[in-house]
Amino acid sequence: MPREVEPSINQREFISSAIQEGIRADGRAPLQARQMVIRFGNELGWVECSLGKTRVIAQVCATVTRPFLERPFEGIIVINSEFSPMASSAYETGRPSEEEVTISRMLEKTIRRSEALDREALCILAGQKVSIVWVWTLRVTLHFLSDEGNLLDCACVAAMAVLRHFRKPDIEVVGDEVTVFPPEERAPVPLALHHQPMCVSFAFLGPKNALVVDPTHLEEQLANGTMSISLNAQREICVLQKAGGVALPADEVMRAVNVAVLRVRELNDIVTKALEKDSKTRVIEVR
Amino acid sequence: MSYVLPGDVLTLPTPPPKSLKLGPGLLMLHTPGNPVIAHRPGVLHSTQKQQHWVETESRRYIPASQESVIGVITYRAAEAYRVDIGGAHQASLDVLAFESATKRNRPMLKVGNLVYARVSLANRDMDPELECFDATTRKADGFGELKDGFIVECSLGTCRKLLDSKHFLLPSLAQKFPFEVAVGMNGRVWLRAGSVKATVAISRAIEMLDDRQTSDEEVAAFVQHMDV
Repeated sequence: MPREVEPSINQREFISSAIQEGIRADGRAPLQARQMVIRFGNELGWVECSLGKTRVIAQVCATVTRPFLERPFEGIIVINSEFSPMASSAYETGRPSEEEVTISRMLEKTIRRSEALDREALCILAGQKVSIVWVWTLRVTLHFLSDEGNLLDCACVAAMAVLRHFRKPDIEVVGDEVTVFPPEERAPVPLALHHQPMCVSFAFLGPKNALVVDPTHLEEQLANGTMSISLNAQREICVLQKAGGVALPADEVMRAVNVAVLRVRELNDIVTKALEKDSKTRVIEVR
Repeated sequence: MSYVLPGDVLTLPTPPPKSLKLGPGLLMLHTPGNPVIAHRPGVLHSTQKQQHWVETESRRYIPASQESVIGVITYRAAEAYRVDIGGAHQASLDVLAFESATKRNRPMLKVGNLVYARVSLANRDMDPELECFDATTRKADGFGELKDGFIVECSLGTCRKLLDSKHFLLPSLAQKFPFEVAVGMNGRVWLRAGSVKATVAISRAIEMLDDRQTSDEEVAAFVQHMDV
């Protein structure tokens, strides 16, 4: 499939004249995000997040492996975020598009590099020699089901929600012997998370570069520039990404950061509430 | 109303009717007996005059001749424009295929302009061709460039609903405020109203109609309580 067709001149003019009146094409206010809906699956470690018509599924699986040679006391986290033509006919498998690379890098930075997950807690059996060390390898797989703009925020929430939802099998170490208990025998244990960073994306629209949060696909295509900020509820910025686009004054960036803080707190509340609601429906025995 | 699945064989009256018209989703096989089978899942519609077609709730447009579509100009050549109509292939629109267009007096369309056109040719193995005039009168008759306004994308089923003159949505919107609308059969609806707010309101209503989770009553209530 070739490149996506650019939006028509009519749409460009409508969006830019509407934003000057403070209206967006879907009726939202400039700083109003779409509603995030989170749905958990039957298994632990499966979540579907939707932001309007944008939909992402995240799944985690844990396996016991050898660690990397240079990091013998740390578990491994792999984030798989490959676009498929399922999300939009503009995406192709095997040939990563620019958006795909951007999203993978942002997820990597937000979740792995910000040390959201305690990797040392994923070490099962430490030792001097790597050949006897065992660690957990967590594989987070993201499936992008439909792209109606702002896949990144949706994917980020899905990834964080799934890591909070997932529980790894309990283990017991006696000497050099490691026993992994199936969930029927011992209740699985949640992962150790240091903080919950989330990503908030912005677009700059129209002749006056009006700031809008949670852009739709059309707004992303027509934006003069976009900016994504990853931060946690404690106002600690993990990543600020602005690849090209329009130049911004410092106070505009600060304004975006302040909006992002509020949005991240809101998203965190949504995830926490959804997790609480889900945990009431589950029976996880603690012995 | 009956549902068909791909491969289902249509039961036709015997002896076979003299004139049989097959619309989208149906195919006559060249095997003994010439059975007619469905190649799309959906609702089978039939008329007394032996016209049959299958309606599918799809979002991907397959060009069919004589359908009105909304396209975006993507390339401008000396003799023709290339137009994206949302199908698998780009359509071509001859520069002379406009009302009263001559070699000297040709339309000036730019890349990114919108056109409302009629599919004049949709062969299986060829790029579709468009025309911006009525086939019999050669008058523009509403076809041509669409100026200003906004485009809403919806499913092909929603487009068919909007084209149905008995459908409630457009008349009930028209009672609220005046607007212009052009419905393409390719899942695009162009609309132009007096204000930005009104345009957004119509596009929201059409998107609600398109959303399977909202019922017609909810859409009607949304239109009733619209404050523009």
